Amino acid sequence: MNRSAIDLWVGIFVAIGLGAILFLALKVGNLLTLDRTPGYRLEASFDNIGGLKLRAPVKAAGVVVGRVESVRLDPKTYEAVVTVRIDRDYQFTKDTIAAINTSGLLGEVYIGLDAGGDPAMLTDGERIAKTQSAVVVEKLISQFLFDKASSAKGGTAGDAAPAKATDTQGGKK
Amino acid sequence: MSAELAAEVAQLLRRVGGTVTGAVSQLGFASRFLVAVVWHTPDAFRRIHLTLREIYFTGVLSLVIILMSGLFVGMVLSLQGYETLKRYGADEQLGILIALSLVRELGPVISGLLFASRAGSAITAEIGLMKTTEQLAAMEMMAVDPVARVVAPRFWGGIISMPLLAALFSAAGIFGGYIVGVRLIGIDAGAFWGQMQAGVDVYPDVTNGIIKSVVFGVAVSLISVFEGYNAKPTAEGVASATTRTVVVSSLAILALDFVMTVFMFRGANAV
Repeated sequence: MNRSAIDLWVGIFVAIGLGAILFLALKVGNLLTLDRTPGYRLEASFDNIGGLKLRAPVKAAGVVVGRVESVRLDPKTYEAVVTVRIDRDYQFTKDTIAAINTSGLLGEVYIGLDAGGDPAMLTDGERIAKTQSAVVVEKLISQFLFDKASSAKGGTAGDAAPAKATDTQGGKK
Repeated sequence: MSAELAAEVAQLLRRVGGTVTGAVSQLGFASRFLVAVVWHTPDAFRRIHLTLREIYFTGVLSLVIILMSGLFVGMVLSLQGYETLKRYGADEQLGILIALSLVRELGPVISGLLFASRAGSAITAEIGLMKTTEQLAAMEMMAVDPVARVVAPRFWGGIISMPLLAALFSAAGIFGGYIVGVRLIGIDAGAFWGQMQAGVDVYPDVTNGIIKSVVFGVAVSLISVFEGYNAKPTAEGVASATTRTVVVSSLAILALDFVMTVFMFRGANAV
């Protein structure tokens, strides 16, 4: 094989190899759409952020409008302060509600924004006043069990009550 | 009796000592060899056609096996991953499963193993045979340094080829996973790519995969040229050197991969 043919093949090889690296970086790693979009920052404090991770999406009506940039704990109020970066194309009203949601039972945790009717818009560095914390499933379960236990206790205390009442309880299950 | 025992213990200790000093001197020789090869780097790039020729042999001719293996590994990952994820109703996470396992681990490791057995063994056999047929000695007679002329281009050709092959392996694997996951099983294409893009980061995932493949390229290339250059100049010696290249390279790849994974991904996902 002569030299120019080898040069050609090596050139093709290096080109498609670099193309594969670019594919991994851009299409798989999504380098472009994440870091290049210009945006502004908003802050929001939550009692509990649950499983929220850095770079989790911020969605409004299901559309991704930004990403979580940093999470820290306010040392005075013991609330989690989340900084999010919102795409410049989207503006949100001052009375926007930020809530931490989970998509599906095992899905990713994201911040949902619900815009209100205030004519004034949030600008860079402002704080979202109304927030709703993450629903912690363990707390829900323990609350449910506690309710269940107290109602069962009520059932045994009222043993003397007619059998009809226990029947309706059994029916509820 | 006790004298015999002492003699036996001494014999045992001598054997252990001999093994250790042998290993250390081998390691020292390999290190000096590495320094000599790196020292002759300018020669490899001054006569660039020699290095290009090696990239052609180790890289271009490995393309078919790398792309085919990547495709099949991606397709199998897709099938098996779907079976497991389906139980938890998380089958839309298939994209991130395939992409992360390929980019972080399987891409660099499997292409490194294939590279060692396809290209590394060929390099060792070639250099070993050159030594056996006294071509290297003839070069020295003509005042041509065989390390500069023969070893350095092969070393750098391997280092340049390996990361490109690993990236192509990962890309082919993701394409294979896409074919099975989206076209065959019928997962939504938007969810497949979207979950992948949300879960894979350029840093640390993609860059660490590239760093791994570069390290494997250095390790495999060094082992190949060293074993070839150091082979006994007989047919048997070349054969055993070629075998050793594949065995030592494979073990080195797996061990280095473990060490690098511990350092790269330990706590990488912590907030």
